Amino acid sequence: MKTPALLALALLAVSMHASAQDAAGTPQQSPAPASGTTQVKLCDNKTTVQVSKDAPKTREEGQKISDSLMAQWKAANPGKDWVQAEVEAHQVVTPEDNSKLVGTGQSSTYGAVTQQDVQVWNNETYKMAVYGSTVFHSSDELGSDIAVSCDMCHPRAANTHPETYPKFQPQLGRVALLRDMINWCIEHPVRGKVLAPDDPKMRALEAYILAQRKGVPLDYGKR
Amino acid sequence: MSDDMNDKLKIPHIRSVETRHLEEREALFRGLRNLDRRAFLKASGGAAAAAVAAGVTYPFHSFLPINVAYADEGGAAQGFNFAYISDSHLYVKKTNERFVRQLLRAVDDVNSLDPQPDFVLYGGDLAQLGRREELDMGAQILKSLKAPVHMMAGEHDWYYDMGEHWNTLFGPEHYSFDHKGVHFVVLMSVHEKDFWSARGMSPAERMHTVAGLDNAVQSAFEVGAPQREWLKQDLDKVSATTPVIVFSHSPLYKLYRPWNFWTDDAEDVQAILQRFDHVTVLHGHTHQVLTNRIGNIQFHGMLSTAWPWPYAPQGLPALTVQMNRPNPFDANDGLGDGSVAVHPDGLVDKLYNLWNRNPMQVKASYLSSGGKSDIPVAPTLSSY
Repeated sequence: MKTPALLALALLAVSMHASAQDAAGTPQQSPAPASGTTQVKLCDNKTTVQVSKDAPKTREEGQKISDSLMAQWKAANPGKDWVQAEVEAHQVVTPEDNSKLVGTGQSSTYGAVTQQDVQVWNNETYKMAVYGSTVFHSSDELGSDIAVSCDMCHPRAANTHPETYPKFQPQLGRVALLRDMINWCIEHPVRGKVLAPDDPKMRALEAYILAQRKGVPLDYGKR
Repeated sequence: MSDDMNDKLKIPHIRSVETRHLEEREALFRGLRNLDRRAFLKASGGAAAAAVAAGVTYPFHSFLPINVAYADEGGAAQGFNFAYISDSHLYVKKTNERFVRQLLRAVDDVNSLDPQPDFVLYGGDLAQLGRREELDMGAQILKSLKAPVHMMAGEHDWYYDMGEHWNTLFGPEHYSFDHKGVHFVVLMSVHEKDFWSARGMSPAERMHTVAGLDNAVQSAFEVGAPQREWLKQDLDKVSATTPVIVFSHSPLYKLYRPWNFWTDDAEDVQAILQRFDHVTVLHGHTHQVLTNRIGNIQFHGMLSTAWPWPYAPQGLPALTVQMNRPNPFDANDGLGDGSVAVHPDGLVDKLYNLWNRNPMQVKASYLSSGGKSDIPVAPTLSSY
């Protein structure tokens, strides 16, 4: 069936966050589908909508179902549009727009780059930087003992100069990467707990800091 | 090892770079303290030149000689000193004792000035989240200052209860006073247009939004029409030759809007101040060495005791000589307090007492000459 496939794509972005929130929760009882209808579930496994079996299988109809599910989910989860909220407060530099590639070359197995490819690249990349911004601006996310967050000394990641790493840092006694400096700051000025190099928060912090310096030439070793 | 032991063991007296640095620094402040009132007024403006002529030189990168002298200048005021402490951003002690310790350090600095400054300006942002407990603790700490204190409000003091508790503790947020021939005005420059009601924000959410320097949800800072009207009336009775010194939390000019290094009605306020011969504005908020001049108005920033801020990516005034990029491995780098020497003509020499670095002095003559003389020593590492 075409519609659920469309839905799955459209709802992927929100559902990722929602499912994380609800992973520990108990599955809820969905109302039994009325006869002559199909029940469509949001990927949170809770939100449902009844669709008449006679409904036309068109894109427009699919969009309606999708909108209805999203509206329900948003009503039940106020304040969960974290990307929008974060960007409104702390403008995060957007990634390179690759629209000019649409219709050219090969992207996936199936041929030329589509608008959808470009959108997915853009959304996913941006979302990681935006998540980094939420961590960067939150002493709670950073686990600070003293309510200090990165933005206090580095508004919009100013003066973090990620383009200058790697460089020898005498105070650390070795060549530091950006993540080493992030961890140093988390441990000392922020008084939080250091992050593993592949911790999602560390990856997001790096993404945010690098995003904010978009367009600046790399200059490793610069003091 | 003590000096005595060195002598006994006949070890040549070698002093490390650090020791020599600290000795020089101590000598500088001793010089400042020993400058008693009479010497302060009597010593001639040519003293420094005479010292140079007599072969007294100051090593490059050393502390600036600041035994300045004003007697020949004339002017409406008597020369005097005042000190400042600013932007302490106190949380309650159980949340963060570091910022408390740093404010205590500044209080010690000012209390050890000899002679004592005529008064101390507190530059705003005493609290971090505008809570009653934060302001109470700050007020209590500032009580241990020996010199009288003039308070100024910052946005971190204000947006939890819209200044209610600040007013209870410290009185009105804008006022003026006269001191030794200078007319002082304290403004409340961080009013914001209502961004919270439409969003249904709680007082804590409103405060948290304003507390984020780079939070774009908030409005621009402004003095506002009612206070500008008050300022006009206050200055009506002051003659144009009287030196005027204005304290504002935000810079009274437009530097960088995304961080509110900005006052939205700055031009209107500057217009009110235009008819005076000499106007100096001292502002907090920017946590850095910041220097500007617009017409007859000279602007100086103040250091924070809590954390330093980087320079704005654009809009930096041409006259600003940046302080060194703070070193994250050095806990209190880029922080400090300072003092202000007021000349008889009302212009000021501004001393930034950077805790872990050489102090920086920005002289009135540097600004008056458009940056041609008395240029402050530029740091090695500038901001990115």
